[in-house]
Amino acid sequence: MNFGAALRKELLEQLRSYRMLITAVVLTLFGLLSPIIARYTPDIIRLALPQGEEITKLIPPPSAADSVAQYLKNITQFGVLLALLMAMGLVAQEKDKGTAALMLSKPLGRSAFLLAKFCSLALTFTLSIVLAGAAGYYYTLVLFGPMDPGGWLGLNGLVLVFLLVYVSLTLLCSTLTKSQVLAGGLATGVWMILSLVGALPGIGDYSPRQVIGWAAALGTGGSPAQWPALAFSLALIVGGLAGACVLFNRQEL
Amino acid sequence: MIAVRIEGLRKSFGRVKALDDLSLAVEAGSVFGFLGPNGAGKTTAIRILTGLARAHGGQAWLNGIDVTARGGRRAASQIGYLPQDPAFYPWMTAGEMLDHVGRVFGLPGGERRSRTAALLKLSGLEEAARRRIGGFSGGMKQRLGIAQALVNRPAILLLDEPVSSLDPFGRKELLDLIDGLRGQCTVFMSSHILADVERVCDTVGIIDRGRLVVQSPKKDLLEQFAAPVFEAAADRGQEEALKAWVDGLKAGPPPWLDSVVLADELTARFLVNSLEAAKRQLPELLLSSSFVLSRYEMVRPSLEDVFLKLVKQRRAGS
Repeated sequence: MNFGAALRKELLEQLRSYRMLITAVVLTLFGLLSPIIARYTPDIIRLALPQGEEITKLIPPPSAADSVAQYLKNITQFGVLLALLMAMGLVAQEKDKGTAALMLSKPLGRSAFLLAKFCSLALTFTLSIVLAGAAGYYYTLVLFGPMDPGGWLGLNGLVLVFLLVYVSLTLLCSTLTKSQVLAGGLATGVWMILSLVGALPGIGDYSPRQVIGWAAALGTGGSPAQWPALAFSLALIVGGLAGACVLFNRQEL
Repeated sequence: MIAVRIEGLRKSFGRVKALDDLSLAVEAGSVFGFLGPNGAGKTTAIRILTGLARAHGGQAWLNGIDVTARGGRRAASQIGYLPQDPAFYPWMTAGEMLDHVGRVFGLPGGERRSRTAALLKLSGLEEAARRRIGGFSGGMKQRLGIAQALVNRPAILLLDEPVSSLDPFGRKELLDLIDGLRGQCTVFMSSHILADVERVCDTVGIIDRGRLVVQSPKKDLLEQFAAPVFEAAADRGQEEALKAWVDGLKAGPPPWLDSVVLADELTARFLVNSLEAAKRQLPELLLSSSFVLSRYEMVRPSLEDVFLKLVKQRRAGS
């Protein structure tokens, strides 16, 4: 019921609170800086350290693969952090302040209320990754030469899926409680568990972390696809949202 | 036609029974005062009616729609709701908030704009229409609260303690506004401020510990249940002496006295069960008191007197 009105409000809130701008600027900045850091790290080491000249002889010359690795490391680390920070208070805060009770006494469905929040964050991250990806691609092109644009698109698509896993699970944590701090703590716990699971043999193949491995391969033109990890990540997104909707529909406000 | 019907509604929080077999019915078009002491279950009943809380038993209907059953959310389009402490998005302006509520109700653009303008005027927020709600005072938020509750021209308006945070001017304005809605929609208004309910409501329901004590047209209630009431006023500066005397009387009341309360710092009201005994003995008591008496009279009983008597009777009975 009235998903459109709820989505409009969420997007407006993200604009007014500068959350959309901050996410876009932070991720675009890392998109810009990653190829530069990859390209000039040996030079920085050479100039900054006393035995820098000797150390740089041991480091292979920087390549587009280093730029891709740097980009993925920065975008995923800061992207997850932003996903947690932006989603942890979305429901908890509205329940705590009483705005959820006011709005949900009207013909606004609880699932629509939640899905609008997820979709607004999904749009913010999509826009931010488009900008970051364009910046990263351009600087990699300038500093290292051309990359496969299809591979780069695929890489960024997988990064988006990876980040949406954390948006969805943090939204679920935010639905569980009235405290955004507790929701943030729970989401951090989920993040740590998923990171640990990713390191386990066998079961780790299904970890969202493997999606980033596939993204890295796409960026450098090698390695097979990680379909189980992608399927599990999509299932986590859908499952997190479905769980949040079921829980929220049972809660009293 | 019945607009609000509640039958055997039950709700518990742990061992505490917030609603204990509550039943009542409110005629369409009336202004219903839902009275009760703090913690009586008023807010819980309203939250169940709005679909924000679930009942543990019983049923409730709004305009014939069972809000306790599946599909009860259909009633949401017919109601306006003002919570006890209305909360808004602080980054929105008052105009944007009303527009957002209009969108949620699915009003078309033109109607939304005209409704927003009309409600800003009605609530006295025209000049603050472009200001962020985060900077509003409590009274302004309360007025915005009533405005948002009226966006959809509700058939039933549920108001939870609507005037509790308003100053005397704001309170008068809001009560006048509610009075003006008589006949246009059904107003279901909870309050523990009896003077406000007495002023604006035509029907009253008194609830205590989750159960309905009485429901009746206000006029009938006053005639049927009002016991004789006496009022005694003390001279200025005698506040403490009056209070000490009243406390002493409460500790050991004579058999003809039901209750004694301080209507204000200088006025005591006596609810009695024997008019003759009170007429004989109350003046003696007053004259032997330590405070300086400035006035003593028999007065018309108020809704507050009826409320105190009924709640006391019920508690004594249970």
